[in-house]
Amino acid sequence: MVSFTLNDRSVSVDADPNTPLLWVIRDHIGLTGTKYGCGVALCGACTVHVDGAATRSCSTDLASVAGKKVVTIEGLSPNSSHPLQKAWIAEQVPQCGYCQSGQIMQAAELLAQIPKPTRTQIVAHMDGNICRCGTYHRIIAAVERASREG
Amino acid sequence: MTIAIKGPEISRRGMLAGLGGMSFCLAFGADGVNLLSEAQASTGAHQIGSWVRIAPNGTITILSAGAEMGQGSMTSLPLILAEEMDADWAKVVIEWAPADKANYGYIIGGNRMMWIVGSRAVMLYYDQLRTAGAQVRKVLLTNAAETWGVDAASLKTEPSVVVHPASGRRMSYGEIAASGKVPATLPAVAANELKKKSEFRLIGKSVPRRDIPSKVNGTAQYAMDVKVPGMVYASTLHSPVHNTAPDTWNDAEIKAMAGVIGTVKLANGVAVVADRFERAKAGRDTLKVAWKKGKAEGFNSEQALAQDYAKIHNDPAAQKTTIDSKGDADAAFAGAAKVYKAEYRSDFGYHAQMEPLNAVARFNDAGDKVEIWEGSQAPDVSRAAVAKALGFKEEQVDFHQCYMGGGFGRRTMGDYAAEAALVAREVRRPVKLLWTREEDVAQGMLRPQAFQCLEAALDGSGKVVGWRHCVVGDGGGLLHTGIKPIYYAIPNQFIERRGISHGIKLKHWRAVGHVFNVFAIEAFVDQMAVDQGMDPLEFRLQRMSLTPKARKCFETVAQMCDWKAKRPEGRALGLSVSERSGSLGAGVAEISLDRASGKVKVHKVWVAIDGGTIVQPAAAKANIESGIIYGLSSVLHERATVKDGVVEQSNFHDYTVMRMSDLPEEMHVSFVEADTRPTGLGEIGNPFIAGAVANAFHKLTGKRLYHMPFTPERVLATLKA
Repeated sequence: MVSFTLNDRSVSVDADPNTPLLWVIRDHIGLTGTKYGCGVALCGACTVHVDGAATRSCSTDLASVAGKKVVTIEGLSPNSSHPLQKAWIAEQVPQCGYCQSGQIMQAAELLAQIPKPTRTQIVAHMDGNICRCGTYHRIIAAVERASREG
Repeated sequence: MTIAIKGPEISRRGMLAGLGGMSFCLAFGADGVNLLSEAQASTGAHQIGSWVRIAPNGTITILSAGAEMGQGSMTSLPLILAEEMDADWAKVVIEWAPADKANYGYIIGGNRMMWIVGSRAVMLYYDQLRTAGAQVRKVLLTNAAETWGVDAASLKTEPSVVVHPASGRRMSYGEIAASGKVPATLPAVAANELKKKSEFRLIGKSVPRRDIPSKVNGTAQYAMDVKVPGMVYASTLHSPVHNTAPDTWNDAEIKAMAGVIGTVKLANGVAVVADRFERAKAGRDTLKVAWKKGKAEGFNSEQALAQDYAKIHNDPAAQKTTIDSKGDADAAFAGAAKVYKAEYRSDFGYHAQMEPLNAVARFNDAGDKVEIWEGSQAPDVSRAAVAKALGFKEEQVDFHQCYMGGGFGRRTMGDYAAEAALVAREVRRPVKLLWTREEDVAQGMLRPQAFQCLEAALDGSGKVVGWRHCVVGDGGGLLHTGIKPIYYAIPNQFIERRGISHGIKLKHWRAVGHVFNVFAIEAFVDQMAVDQGMDPLEFRLQRMSLTPKARKCFETVAQMCDWKAKRPEGRALGLSVSERSGSLGAGVAEISLDRASGKVKVHKVWVAIDGGTIVQPAAAKANIESGIIYGLSSVLHERATVKDGVVEQSNFHDYTVMRMSDLPEEMHVSFVEADTRPTGLGEIGNPFIAGAVANAFHKLTGKRLYHMPFTPERVLATLKA
């Protein structure tokens, strides 16, 4: 049994400690906003926050988050009110949408660290997240908007 | 914790009883989507669902047959109907249409289909949805006229309101629906009764896409996210050599693993079923399968492309298919003042949609009905594929559409849904079957690799009057889309395909053959222009018989990018054009080159598109941007190779796709003014880009790139040559 905090709620999971956090969140607990894309930390679709750090949940063992604070897209804000979520809608970023939970969680870490990032900083921070629909320009515009409008 | 399935409810006529309001059902006719009254529908032999429903509270529910993979047609299709109906868009609720092609399909070539492929959704549903919307509006007007005792012709509509200007009376659509009647035969609508462009309130005016809010908070439901009670998980290992049956495997070892419920033999793979996905995958990763021999055994794609295809091209006995023969190409070449010839190659491509393929299957207790949850570009085909695999009739398969995490042409066959159904039947439990990314890459299906030989004949005045294009490869019809350069209207042309079969799984891929055919055509035209000492734009304008549409797009893009202006040191422009699904796009790329690494950098892209009437300009622009990036990714990075019959790549480390750091700084998309019907936009953004980049590369270096993708290794080799 491994215990951690998920979206401000205490959870205990009875699973092999080596289970990837991704499947714990999606299947064991049932929060499906975090996506499986590659399984080996190459695409970023599974990005969540572990103690505030953007983390690839597909390559993070359950045991490693014991006692830690995990936040998924569902816990980023109540009612899609995070500035990034509002900006994502304003800029009409998502197309297929599958990578966007990971993109938003990755961007949220950036704004928490650097409230007014430059375009270069945005690109450097987001480069590990693949968007196959090619919404990259809009992601940049949305991060800039969120940074501006807060 | 189990999450309730929250997919859009599928409306059925039977479910509407007692809801009140007005329902407009769907006719079963030979000429596409037609509405008819519920009374009439109930007399028909078919179970016909509601297409439009107006509730007394004013809510208007419209079904969408537009499978949603990011292109936005889930929103655009109901909007077209809402436009002619004069509905208040804020009151419109969208639901998925059932996977029932007989009733919800568009008509193409005399067949009814629901395939959302080839950029078809808006293009093929447009006229029928407009007519349907106008019929609903007529019924509302008739009802209001009867209530008020006035002539229907004296009434007007505002969004969701019927107005009688003479008296100032108003009645909302909801009020009418509360007591209104839908006549047994719906009124006919003549073409001249449809709205004029100037009267549009929704078409041509961008509204936010309806799927987007659910895609920023994790609530959008993909098949991947479906969970039903008692569901178990299946992870598959397919034959490394495509389409090869499993012979034996370490079954006892797998079945002894924690959580494993069973193994299921598939036609070309083995599925491991377990209580958790990670346990099913552990079983899958432990499988040791002896495979039977497959056709692709020993196939080496690099050798085929480098050597075999050229031999096939030169072999008079090769299997040939004429794609187009116009005028007298042989005579044009015999009488030519100048002829050109060049060869091009292009590697296999993989879709790399972000959501690995998956589906959920659940049988009823009797085992004679199955429900499928899948994100499909062709729900009708999926339903049929599942039925066929099970030996069921289609009526025994209930298909639940889900959002797709990308499609790009891969998701039209229902192959993985059929696998889920077979596994669920075998283990007698609901199953979520999920391919690993590695499976997704290894099993493709792949965009064909291709060899091209192009020849052109110029007459004494330098005009291009003769054209030959031969494409060689595996993939049949996949090979020749985009091969006819109709925008150049060359008087004498002969176009053929020469085929071979490798036994590799091949598939449509965002514009398919356009990717390599248009690359070859546009690089070849550029080569002729330069050899003739002409500006590539002027060459096209003067030496090719451009269609008016193409001329307009070329002129527009030249203006957009200021074609003749000097570029910064180390930068150059390349020009290209393509057609796809009735649309035409002329584009320009501005590139630079790191000569040490061989890395091409694309800085700016401009494209001018004639897509007819643009139903949703903002969403259309996003779709084109997506095409450009998808195209650039393919042009600069993507290559799949097959060695000894096995795909060599396995994940995003060796099948590399465009990331943010490779993004052009600027992309400019412009739609030329056109009053014609909408044409396809989902794939017009990507085919032109290869030629634009290759031609800019020549401008910059004086060297020609003949093999796509233009990887750093190939660029360095080209520079040295």
